[in-house]
Amino acid sequence: MKPPRFEYHAPATVDEAVALLVRYGGEAKLLAGGQSLMPLLNFRLSRPAALVDLNRVADLAGIREDGGIVRIGAMTRQRALEFSDVVRRRLPLLAEATRLVGHLPIRSRGTIGGSLAHADPAAEDPAVLTALEGVVVTRSPRGERVLAARELFETYLTTSLAPDEILVEVRLPAMDPRARSAFEEFSRRHGDFAIVGIAAVIVGEGRRCTMARLATAGAGPVPIRLRAAEEILETAGLEDRAIEAAARRAAELVEPDSDIHASADYRRHLTRVLTERAVRRALARPGGP
Amino acid sequence: MSEPVTVRFKVNGTAREGRCEPRKLLVDFLREDLGLTGTHAGCEHGICGACTVIVNGEAARSCLMLAVQADGAEITTVEGLATDGKLHPLQEAFREHHGLQCGFCTPGMLMTALDFLRVNPDPTEAEIREAVSAVLCRCTGYQGIVRAVEAAATGWAAPNWPRSP
Ligand SMILES: Cc1cc2nc3c(=O)[nH]c(=O)nc-3n(C[C@H](O)[C@H](O)[C@H](O)COP(=O)(O)OP(=O)(O)OC[C@H]3O[C@@H](n4cnc5c(N)ncnc54)[C@H](O)[C@@H]3O)c2cc1C
Ligand code: FES
Ligand code: FES
Repeated sequence: MKPPRFEYHAPATVDEAVALLVRYGGEAKLLAGGQSLMPLLNFRLSRPAALVDLNRVADLAGIREDGGIVRIGAMTRQRALEFSDVVRRRLPLLAEATRLVGHLPIRSRGTIGGSLAHADPAAEDPAVLTALEGVVVTRSPRGERVLAARELFETYLTTSLAPDEILVEVRLPAMDPRARSAFEEFSRRHGDFAIVGIAAVIVGEGRRCTMARLATAGAGPVPIRLRAAEEILETAGLEDRAIEAAARRAAELVEPDSDIHASADYRRHLTRVLTERAVRRALARPGGP
Repeated sequence: MSEPVTVRFKVNGTAREGRCEPRKLLVDFLREDLGLTGTHAGCEHGICGACTVIVNGEAARSCLMLAVQADGAEITTVEGLATDGKLHPLQEAFREHHGLQCGFCTPGMLMTALDFLRVNPDPTEAEIREAVSAVLCRCTGYQGIVRAVEAAATGWAAPNWPRSP
């Protein structure tokens, strides 16, 4: 199949892009990496009047560290994240999760902003934003907004972004140098979207856990933090029994749906198994005293 | 503007140009407008990888890019691999190790493997399997492809490979 007819614009600045979105009053679509939007156009599941291509907006791409915050431009390719030194050192969870996104040729084009704006519940980047308590910065004719993950993601493939609003930057606090992390997911084939994925970040010494962060992908309509499970680790420590209890609690906290890929029960089961694996694999890592 | 636009880029080292609607996919532009039919169109939604080409040094699906987006880019397609009638070492390895049967996936497989070996010149077998899973092959069962990429990596004193592509 081929895309339907549309008007095409490739603005050079965010301001021009916002103005174009306003001009088309909700009938235009932003084009980032195209790895989700182009298939929808090719299948004619999406028929926008216009495409506003962000690929020529030079200052939307880039990774820089700024006072303990890693600032990532929305148009930064997933491939750039994968090979970025700053990401490897300061956001090892993002580095690991990124390698699970599709395949290298998909990551050559796909962007972090596109992944977050697309809000596929099984995508890795939204889970990482959730686990690391990051924010996204947006621009619209009404100015700038800063949104946390739970304010951005509303439900399946739906965010709180307005039709004339552009996600311009992702801000992730650099991880604690003592933190150990892992991203565990299950998919039927490498490169497929996960059926369920779990991001885990643990700060602790010996058996003591001072901070645990657990976030989901694919276990419900939006990624969520598994706060009650984190608390088990933070209070009961990093013993086997506590890890098992936290994993059981994780499975109670999610509200998955059934679809052609997996039943709700199976996703709940995966949530337990993958939480346990993610925590154990994080703890097996060097780093941290 | 949904009217035709002029698209100019370099393919396999040669400057080319054409006019097409903005909705024209890069894969169709290469095949129909430039006559470079080596790049194959399979699923047209990013899954099969047959259409993979190198855009500014990185492998990408040409069915998920508009031709107009490639304006100003440097592109390498499978036609750019052989030089003076001599197969590229990677192609040689595919022939030697039965890395193809019907050949439909082969252009995408070669461009994917080329990009992969550039970022990972000394891969493990598991890494090769992961890399070539980016392209669907319905004939070979992948065994020959994995062996071909392995052989290419071993025989590949990287600097001896043609610098471009
Ligand atoms: C074969 C294949 C396998 C894949 N596997 C995975 C996987 O395992 N995990 C995974 O997470 N993803 C996967 N993807 C999806 C891929 O990572 C996409 O890149 C990503 O979901 C969307 O990013 P994009 O930059 O391509 O956005 P696009 O496709 O260009 O856009 C997606 C949507 O977001 C909107 N948008 C884009 N940028 C912005 C912005 N800055 N502000 C506001 N709105 C914006 C667009 O209008 C569109 O609606 C896969 C894709 C393919 C083709
Ligand atoms: S035709 Fe492009 S990935 Fe299948
Ligand atoms: S050789 Fe026939 S699909 Fe791969």
